[in-house]
Amino acid sequence: MGKPMQVARYWRHFKEKYRLIGGKCKSCGHVHFPKRPVCPECGSQEIEEFQFSGKGKVLSWTIIRNPPSGYEYYKPYPIALVELEEGPVILAQLTDVDPEEIDFGMEVEMVTRKIREFGEDGIILYGYKFRPLLK
Amino acid sequence: MRKPVIIGVGLTPVGEHWKLGLRDLAVEALLNAMEDAGVDKVDSLYVGNMASGSFVEQENLGALIADWAGLGNIPAVKIEGACASGGAAVQEGVKAVMSGLEDVVAVVGVEKMTDAWPSDATRYLAYAADAEWELFHGVSFVALNALAMRLYMKEYGYTEEDLALFAVNAHANGAKNPYAMFKKVIKVETVMRSPYIADPLKLFDASPIADGAAAVIITTEEKAKEFVDKAKMIKVAGMGRAIDTISLANRKDLLLLKAAKIAAERAYKMAGIGVEDIDFFEVHDAFTVMAALSLESIGAAERGKGAMLAKEGQIAIDGDYPIQTLGGLKARGHPVGATGVYQTVEAVWQLRGEAPNQVPDAEVGLTQNIGGTGSNITVTILRRV
Ligand SMILES: [Zn+2]
Repeated sequence: MGKPMQVARYWRHFKEKYRLIGGKCKSCGHVHFPKRPVCPECGSQEIEEFQFSGKGKVLSWTIIRNPPSGYEYYKPYPIALVELEEGPVILAQLTDVDPEEIDFGMEVEMVTRKIREFGEDGIILYGYKFRPLLK
Repeated sequence: MRKPVIIGVGLTPVGEHWKLGLRDLAVEALLNAMEDAGVDKVDSLYVGNMASGSFVEQENLGALIADWAGLGNIPAVKIEGACASGGAAVQEGVKAVMSGLEDVVAVVGVEKMTDAWPSDATRYLAYAADAEWELFHGVSFVALNALAMRLYMKEYGYTEEDLALFAVNAHANGAKNPYAMFKKVIKVETVMRSPYIADPLKLFDASPIADGAAAVIITTEEKAKEFVDKAKMIKVAGMGRAIDTISLANRKDLLLLKAAKIAAERAYKMAGIGVEDIDFFEVHDAFTVMAALSLESIGAAERGKGAMLAKEGQIAIDGDYPIQTLGGLKARGHPVGATGVYQTVEAVWQLRGEAPNQVPDAEVGLTQNIGGTGSNITVTILRRV
């Protein structure tokens, strides 16, 4: 258990997880991530794709010391709520960072990283993580 | 509509039941409740359970438990709302009685968690979060609550020690409950010395993984007279439930349990009372920060003042807002899908005047059961007949 191998389950979300494409309501202009079929603000079903810049700041964070099975490899690892510059909040791992450096409001940017692997013969999952903004 | 009353309760101690399986626990609690109510058959069974398929590879709990409890060919199904499964099952049972479709209904909440490895249990619990947008990133349930805890402390200026007071209170009360998992009084230092599991959340900010089952028998006020004396009848005066975004990140207000607020408003309206009429609160303290947010969302404290109630000593048995009177999730234990039914049983004890840690002259009690990170919440108000 806990070893889903169905590749389709993951490639379905490549747009969101590799490129940070979310949704924008054509009716009220609300942007959200991930893209939804119904606008959470006005209920419109006219939603188009929206490309996020990938820049944001840390709202809250934690260091995971007892991970769910399948994620032991990175332990301990930081996870944060990041407020994207366009407004929505996204949950992701922080990377390339010393846990001591993380703070409220820290500026971060999206990078693509390995999220998880399923052993030697299994698939490898990639997706977004956020690192301190390179200046 | 017909007036629903609870006429029987039953339960097993919460703990690590190595010798008992899911069906043993559920059947024991259920038969105890039927005996307490003096009924030998029921019209239907509702089972509150979150993740039996993951924990013990068993679904179809309605058939399993009704069959093994000898209830015959009655209708029986499992009700799932993550950790609020128990609260939701109680409410489904009440609805069935109120509607007139069923006269005597049994509800059992059960979870068997210790048959799984701890890291797998952590994973199964995270199934209540959003699989694609939360669990995918390696988040645990504890971590989601830790994100809220850090924000709460920053927003309102509380310390880890302040929140630890909720755990201290829960243990003080749990120490008097023979069915509690931890019957040990603790101090703030005990919480502070425990290791971080997801900073700033420590082991003693969190409720334990546990096994257990609790059950109630519900019927109408009219029908109840056939089985028990008035002193044993406890009225279900109000109830409500609501959902919120499944992902924490998608909340507009990360520190408002909006689903609890809406559920509580519905329950108060149905009962025709307000928070000032409630004598005690069994809120969902799966994590210390959730106890604070729960008190705020159900109207017992203003926004940001939930933890003040703990600092002022108002959450103790003799305070104005007693909570977790039998130990809460933290000390009684949190067999997830069973918890809402345990809360109901404990509220019934208080209202019957039978609680080992009795709130003096308790007339009205409120239970609040949270599923997910505040995504699925039930509030139920019970009162003496
Ligand atoms: Zn819209």
